[in-house]
Amino acid sequence: MREMIATRDAYGKALVALGEREPRVVVLDGDLSSSTKTGMFAKRFPDRFFNMGIAEQNLMGTAAGLAAAGKIPYASTFAIFASGRAWEQVRQSIAYAELNVKIVATHSGVTVGEDGGSHQSVEDISLMRSIPGMTVIVPADAVETEKVIMEIARHKGPMFVRLGRTKVPVVFENGCDFAIGRASTIAEGTDVAIIAAGVMTAKAVDAGAKLSAMGIHARIINMSTIKPIDEAAIVHAAEQTGALVTAEEHSIIGGLGSAVAEVVVKNCPVPVEFVGIRDTFGTSGSSEELLEYFGLTASHIMASAERAIKRKKQG
Amino acid sequence: MKAVALDESRSPDTTQQTLTVDRRLEQKATAIRIDIVKMLNFARSGHTGGSLSCVEILVELFYEQMRHDPGNPALPSRDRFILSKGHAAPALYAVLADAGYFDKKELLTLRKLGTVLQGHPDSKKTRGIEVSTGSLGQGLSMGVGMALGLRIDRLDSRVYVLLGDGELQEGQVWEAAMSSAHYGLDNICAIVDRNGLQIDGAVEDIMNIEPLPDKWKGFGWNVITVDGHSFPSLRSAFRVARSVQGKPTVIIAKSLKGKGVSLFENKVHYHGVPPTDEELKIALEELTSCGR
Repeated sequence: MREMIATRDAYGKALVALGEREPRVVVLDGDLSSSTKTGMFAKRFPDRFFNMGIAEQNLMGTAAGLAAAGKIPYASTFAIFASGRAWEQVRQSIAYAELNVKIVATHSGVTVGEDGGSHQSVEDISLMRSIPGMTVIVPADAVETEKVIMEIARHKGPMFVRLGRTKVPVVFENGCDFAIGRASTIAEGTDVAIIAAGVMTAKAVDAGAKLSAMGIHARIINMSTIKPIDEAAIVHAAEQTGALVTAEEHSIIGGLGSAVAEVVVKNCPVPVEFVGIRDTFGTSGSSEELLEYFGLTASHIMASAERAIKRKKQG
Repeated sequence: MKAVALDESRSPDTTQQTLTVDRRLEQKATAIRIDIVKMLNFARSGHTGGSLSCVEILVELFYEQMRHDPGNPALPSRDRFILSKGHAAPALYAVLADAGYFDKKELLTLRKLGTVLQGHPDSKKTRGIEVSTGSLGQGLSMGVGMALGLRIDRLDSRVYVLLGDGELQEGQVWEAAMSSAHYGLDNICAIVDRNGLQIDGAVEDIMNIEPLPDKWKGFGWNVITVDGHSFPSLRSAFRVARSVQGKPTVIIAKSLKGKGVSLFENKVHYHGVPPTDEELKIALEELTSCGR
């Protein structure tokens, strides 16, 4: 049984470690510091933490100003507010000026659970990915989250990191060497490639193990950087397997699947099957129930892999 | 280049000296207005009224109030200026060019493809521009972030944010106002260019913002109302603002949209319309006669 840790918990811990190392790091939150876990940083570095209240537009603008004053702001709130409520502030105040703000959004996707559709962002990757120059990162587990939080401080420019509320399995028990813009191959395979991000990476690993038992050899790719996406990894996977599946806890409109498809149709057209949320809002329920309800499971990935392989053979 | 001195560092003004300073600044304002109407006419688009209404505010700030160095725009101890009402960019560009941030020849490239002088301020392209604005309501929030950053670094620099009065209809301005007072940011000074007009008509008809001083007071600000075209009034307001501790100050600068050219004064039409060739001729005649 793999250890279960929420990526937001890993964020809170990493932020404190980063704060010790990098004095320019400041943190902003919008009355959600106990949920986003920035409260850990606030406790350790009260003079470098700013609670901006329930006012996300001003939160993003203030983060922009701090960046313009030479700080490295980490701006946190729920994904729906960071990407939706404050979208135009992220665009105009932060991204248009290429300011060095790290937006770390928690409570993304349907695994928010019981709070329901109003709070479940299924559009945030799409919204952030469309802003010119914005880097978008979706870590798979707690280990990768820690790496991401430390690494992004070393690179200038606006970035959006998507984290979750619920506990998720640790995929990278033996560590991972995260680099912005580089996919990591978790398992080799030549029959089909499953490209996943966030909570779906663990599901993809499970699907890969079960497919392997059935004699189907799936390559499992963790695409934690959605933008800039690792084109070479996608092209190699398409050329070497001829069939792709994408898996994301996000709308299939504009998210990881779309980003992969954009590369595939231009370079190496092969069948692609999309596992994701199909043009609908979330709803209340437990996070595990919702993953099942929206078809975000290992068995859905397996069925999609079989469909992609079948389409490849028909082609 | 020599940094512009803070007015505190000057010897106390005698009446004679003050008159000389004001006369010099008035001439400067007229020269800036001439640049603005020329630029806008040449660009064939842009915002005439709101550029002309804030000229004295900009001139007083850049020539009398702010510590800055056109030779070193990144000077850590500089005072910061944010043009939240970004559509008044021509006025700011004219001042920056005159102060020496870039060659005055650039002014006639305003809004043209490849220019460093974008339709609205772009910090990536223009020397002397601190942050990018244009979408209204966002400048004061950025000012809050800068003021917090300066406080962490124990710098005594001040942050000036120029807002339009119509812009105050944006809710984000009040989020920022609330947070400035909450954090006791006495290093922020906001200025409202209170010209009373917005694109669709009079501010009070489109969406009333009064009682404006009470609103700012209610949000915890020190409020000063002045004639936005009077250098002595503006100067004394900025001086008071600098002395107030523990809270931010807003200067409500009552102004005339299109100021300096009778044809454009207090006319809604000239909010977002440049002078035609004929109008430019009339404007230049009026401005050069008052500049003499």
